[in-house]
Amino acid sequence: MTLHNDAELRQRAWDVASGVVDPEIPVLTIADLGVLRDVAVTDGHVEVAITPTYSGCPAMNMIALEIELALERAGFADPEVRTVLSPAWTTDWMSDDGRRKLREYGVAPPQPAGSRRALFGVQQVECPQCGSADTELLSEFGSTSCKALWRCRSCREPFDYFKCH
Amino acid sequence: MAIASISVSETPLVLYALRRADDALVLGHRLSEWCGHAPMLEEDMALANMGLDLLGQARELYGYAAKIEGSGNDEDKFAYLRDVRQYRNLLLLEQPNGDFARTMVRQFFYAAFADLDWRAMMQSGDATLAAIAAKSEKESAYHLRHSSEWLVRLGDGTEESHRRAQTAIDDLWAYTGEMFEVDDSERSLIANGIAIDPATLRPRWLKTVSDVVSEATLTLPKSNWMQQGGRSGRHSEHLGHLLSELQSMQRTFPGATW
Repeated sequence: MTLHNDAELRQRAWDVASGVVDPEIPVLTIADLGVLRDVAVTDGHVEVAITPTYSGCPAMNMIALEIELALERAGFADPEVRTVLSPAWTTDWMSDDGRRKLREYGVAPPQPAGSRRALFGVQQVECPQCGSADTELLSEFGSTSCKALWRCRSCREPFDYFKCH
Repeated sequence: MAIASISVSETPLVLYALRRADDALVLGHRLSEWCGHAPMLEEDMALANMGLDLLGQARELYGYAAKIEGSGNDEDKFAYLRDVRQYRNLLLLEQPNGDFARTMVRQFFYAAFADLDWRAMMQSGDATLAAIAAKSEKESAYHLRHSSEWLVRLGDGTEESHRRAQTAIDDLWAYTGEMFEVDDSERSLIANGIAIDPATLRPRWLKTVSDVVSEATLTLPKSNWMQQGGRSGRHSEHLGHLLSELQSMQRTFPGATW
């Protein structure tokens, strides 16, 4: 690798790391998700900070590994990935572009977290297939930690909803 | 060849982190026992999902306990190489799953507490505990909603589901007092603004529990006699059986890795 200053390297490392996708929702990059928090370069050594979506999300190990591999392929030696907990990840960090991609992929994007919902609060989720708001919750928990299972009463299609968090 | 248990120097902060980590691990393990056995597919996923959340919380807390203890222990050693008497979880959480109603009542009693406890812990003077709490609070709020809805459905459902839910409440009630207990170790942390006095959470816990139980057309027992011991390592017979399964691999093949 030719000599670059740390600021240039940081931008390059950020571009590489931000291209890593979520293994469960491959249309979203970790930058879209807000999982990528920081990239720091000190004397050519890269350190990437990511934050978990859910405490037990098994995709985090995979994501950390993918970041390391991507950076190594781009010529960064011994990149380091660390996990930061604070501030806690929220679906509000998901980019607008990420929300759009999610909807196109067939997953209803999370509603703004805003205030804490009441215990039996009513949620309104739009069907990502036909756009109808006439939908119902089938299961609070879905195929991954971050999703719930819904069904559209208009087009009758079941769909995943990215839980607001 | 079996491997010896580790020793842990339980300073107040280490003990505090371990107690909550053990709560999460033991309940998470119990929920994982439902995998493939739940009454319907959606609940199979729900129980495994909640178990995963709890396992994630346990890992953060064990990792932090290992860091402040600073004697070479780590999350795996805490989970796999401590004996029954070294576990500090609430007795409620090691109770067997029983039927679905019993699992939901156990989940509900605990989630109603954990939700308040995490939210209070977000104000802790300890930055790491506050960060773990901020993460976990969102998960426990979801668990509370899920188990509350089930309790109403079971209690206000059929005669059979009502009977099962009421039996579970009657059987598990005596384990709820332990959530609000403190000892000298914890008092020192409370005085320093690190830990939250759980006794202050009790009125709100009771209100949430009473509201849901009454909506479910169920009743809370009158008895105030409460079981205790888990926080100091005196467990029911059930924890040993649970750990023998959870730890079997590391105890049999010490240091085995994937």
